Amino acid sequence: MKHSAKSMIEFDVIVVGGGHAGCEAAAAAARCGATTALITHKIETIGEMSCNPAIGGVGKGHLVREIDALDGLMGRVIDQAGIQYRLLNRSKGPAVWGPRAQADRKLYKQAMQAALHQTPNLTLIADPVEDLLVTEGTVTGVVGASGKSYGAAAVVITTGTFLRGTIHLGEQQTPAGRVGEAPAIRLAERIADAGFRMGRLKTGTPARLIRASINEAACELQPGDDPPEPLSTMTDRITVPQIACLITHTTPATHDIIRANVHRTAMYSGRIEGVGPRYCPSVEDKVMRFADKTSHQIFLEPEGLDSDLVYPNGISTSLPEDVQLAFLRTIPGLETVEIARPGYAIESEYVDPRELSPSLETKRLPGLFLAGQINGTTGYEEAGAQGLVAGLNAAHRSAGLEAVVFDRAEAYLGVMIDDLVTRGVDEPYRMFTSRAEYRLALRSDNADQRLTPRGISLGLVGRERQKRFTAKREALSEAIDLLKRSKATPPALQRAGFAVNQDGRPRTAWECLGQPKADLAALTLIWPELQTISAPIVAQAAIDARYQGYLAREQADVAAYRRDEALQLPSDLDYAAVRGLSTEERQKLALARPATLGAAGRIPGITPAGIVTLLRYVRRHGTRSAA
Amino acid sequence: MASEQDTIVAMASGPVPAGVAIVRLSGTLAMPVAQAMTSGGLPPARQVSLRRISDPATGELLDKGLVVWFAGPASFTGEDIVELHLHGGPAVVKGVIDAVLGWRSPESDAACRLAQAGEFTKRAFYNERLDLASVEGLADLVRAETAAQRRQALAASSGAARTLLGEWRQHLMHALAMLEASIDFADEDLPPELAAAAAAAVEQVQDGVTSALRDAAAGTALRDGLLVAIVGPPNVGKSSLLNAFVGREAAIVSSIPGTTRDIVEVSLDLGGYPVTIADTAGLREAENVIEREGIARARGLAERADLTLLVLDQQVLGQGSEDIEALRASADLVVLNKADLAGDHGADGLSISVKTGQGLDILRTILLERVRERLGAGEAALITRRRHHDAMLAIHDILAKWSADLEPEVQAHLLHQANRAMSALLGHSDIEDVLDLIFSEFCIGK
Repeated sequence: MKHSAKSMIEFDVIVVGGGHAGCEAAAAAARCGATTALITHKIETIGEMSCNPAIGGVGKGHLVREIDALDGLMGRVIDQAGIQYRLLNRSKGPAVWGPRAQADRKLYKQAMQAALHQTPNLTLIADPVEDLLVTEGTVTGVVGASGKSYGAAAVVITTGTFLRGTIHLGEQQTPAGRVGEAPAIRLAERIADAGFRMGRLKTGTPARLIRASINEAACELQPGDDPPEPLSTMTDRITVPQIACLITHTTPATHDIIRANVHRTAMYSGRIEGVGPRYCPSVEDKVMRFADKTSHQIFLEPEGLDSDLVYPNGISTSLPEDVQLAFLRTIPGLETVEIARPGYAIESEYVDPRELSPSLETKRLPGLFLAGQINGTTGYEEAGAQGLVAGLNAAHRSAGLEAVVFDRAEAYLGVMIDDLVTRGVDEPYRMFTSRAEYRLALRSDNADQRLTPRGISLGLVGRERQKRFTAKREALSEAIDLLKRSKATPPALQRAGFAVNQDGRPRTAWECLGQPKADLAALTLIWPELQTISAPIVAQAAIDARYQGYLAREQADVAAYRRDEALQLPSDLDYAAVRGLSTEERQKLALARPATLGAAGRIPGITPAGIVTLLRYVRRHGTRSAA
Repeated sequence: MASEQDTIVAMASGPVPAGVAIVRLSGTLAMPVAQAMTSGGLPPARQVSLRRISDPATGELLDKGLVVWFAGPASFTGEDIVELHLHGGPAVVKGVIDAVLGWRSPESDAACRLAQAGEFTKRAFYNERLDLASVEGLADLVRAETAAQRRQALAASSGAARTLLGEWRQHLMHALAMLEASIDFADEDLPPELAAAAAAAVEQVQDGVTSALRDAAAGTALRDGLLVAIVGPPNVGKSSLLNAFVGREAAIVSSIPGTTRDIVEVSLDLGGYPVTIADTAGLREAENVIEREGIARARGLAERADLTLLVLDQQVLGQGSEDIEALRASADLVVLNKADLAGDHGADGLSISVKTGQGLDILRTILLERVRERLGAGEAALITRRRHHDAMLAIHDILAKWSADLEPEVQAHLLHQANRAMSALLGHSDIEDVLDLIFSEFCIGK
């Protein structure tokens, strides 16, 4: 395929798709200074929340804070659209607090589009992308349905469930991406033709309900936090009006109807080939797999302040529409409910993420990056975080710079990408905090401390955030100094109400602050000078202090982990020719092509002996990068 | 927890018994511990000298051997290295390694620990002290070492102990599943008693590990090494055979009359290898309830044992019951006793006489050979129980910090650590296993 230079519009980076991955990818590339185009079907659907109207949660909230720490959009945008904020896991320790916000769908989309419009170096183009331009095995651009060609040194594909999607609604099947939109069949074929290993996964969405048809009085009221805590450190205060959500639950009658009709779903009649997750994506699964449970919780989430739609979170389904209506009406509060749009299951193709390097560039087609659901993940936050990393690396490629990798010890997004590219997926991948082995260090409260300095050195972080971050960091380090300098004897602490061993050893304010449920007010009684520290800084310092004992010990583990990550394996290593590996190990290594010795060790089935065999190749071919 | 700063010790030469066995130490404590163990101080670096090597704790002489040391970074691992070239008997090697492990630095109270498979070489690699040729073939060594250690870990925890470990792992995984579910699925309506269930599971492991360690200290619970069952009809000389073993072996660890009255177990050191020999009730048609129970236990033991030694009276061969015939087919070793009373008849089996001692040396040699086959002949066989014990101690210390009052993420942090320590004995298990448990137990998802 050849295109004359005249008909070609040139960019540094092209991002295909305007979902959560596409928006972050385009904005990140543009922040790095790359001239970037975001090319999608329709400008108006950029930033659409196609599933539930919420951002964040446990694990997911960590990702949002990390995107924010790297000056990404998701946190700032949700803070202009959040209509109910809740900090999940508040009763547990801060390492697992999960900030979450319910969104006004329309405000979110508007804010996202506005943020993109304001991003320098970024052009938004409406043109369904139908093909890739490939020159000598390297991706050099894309072709739109308009016939136009767009050239770029790096292309990021973020087409989500649009790759050969099939919607299942009862007995019907429709090829589609989101409802009402055409699936990207040509593009999918092009990717499949390139030889990528593909798989099919399924996910689902519930019916949308007409708000006026709900008897709200019959439901439990779930208020948000007051005051709401923003997702972005750039947001001082949430000004969007806040509302409450409602909670209701399924009943035995609901379950009877579902059981009687379950054969009419694609999943239970065997029409779906895609693999669903171990967790229950649909209410059918909940009822069938946990037969002894007589009730399941449903969150009734308004889609917006002035929207007449409600999203019933917890009951996604692919039952026929008449059955959906029938079972919904057995639920308290929904006795007379009307459906605006039925729920459905969607099956779509994904690329085996082991086809990717940790920069999210495909190994098969240099210049091509993939991010979001196309890599087998689920969720806006997972998509956005991948988008940011792919966009950053696309910009780096176009500028001839080295790939940027975030590791498991510095960020959840590093954990996620490493899991994807080394282990692959066999169910839609979702971020859980339990996947992060350094969970006590990777917190949502310290995402900026962990990542913003790196973002600054990568040129990803704008001046305003730099200023804010620097101020906070200075205040924090001064506060910690002061806390560590302030000492008191056990009797003095006892008098102030602190339970300590009367062993004569003076304690610092830092140590006292590290006690669970430390009373800040009591501390200022002993050390009045602590009053000079602002409340948010004290709170941050208290969290650092609290985990100090565990974190210190974790450092040795992190050092060992990083040492193995610094040992890079050649990307063209011919595993078939490596003597001493078992057949199983050869296959698994060839599939994942781990970037480092550490990653090789995380592939299930690779033995210590296999690792030692690989050491040889590190020495012969590999380079030792600075860890 | 194992750290790279630790000083490590292991046998660095081939199988024992051998002419010479080399015990190697690497790390900052290598020199001080060697100083403490050798008389007359260490020779100059890189010079081999003969020294008396003794246990610094007891002063007991362990061996006279050659000592040589290399200063880091110009050594094999890049760290200070001491090599002790010993007489290659298993007991000597074990004694020296135990003495090294028992030593504490007077300055820091730090101790050495056993090296993991391939750890010397790994250190050499990381310290850029390894040339390419040295890495060649190393994989085979590590493969053999890890396989031997795994076999060892299982062999050392035969029977009841093995089941116990499996149970603890299950309890730990269960507790982790409860905690992780409560953390990662905060917004799902999970049962409220997750924390209590996790605490109950952890307490089981805490209690189990504590009492196992206490029993181990008393030398009773964890059976040491391979279990050899002596079975056969009544009055064929099983007990005499056991006594013959005991009488001839110098190092009897302990003699435990079975709690069941009918099984007598003796732990002994067979050519340097830990072995427990159990004498069982004679197999025949039982005449009363007690005897029937004894026979049932004997059969059970024969099934659990790592090696079964069937003893028959060669005067009455061919008169055995079906039971005996079945055992004859399945036993690892068939011994025909009372050779002094019967003529040669050419039957299958080793002809011995416990009474005259005829054939006993051959029996011992064969048995040792079988034991060595099972355990492997490397260092692993000697120190398995040590590894086992170290892992249990690590688990114990980690769980000692656990309390139901801690926050769930800190509780989980400790349990993940304990699980890693357990992996040394039971193999690896990771977060996917925990997630599997969570998703199979709870209905989760929106």
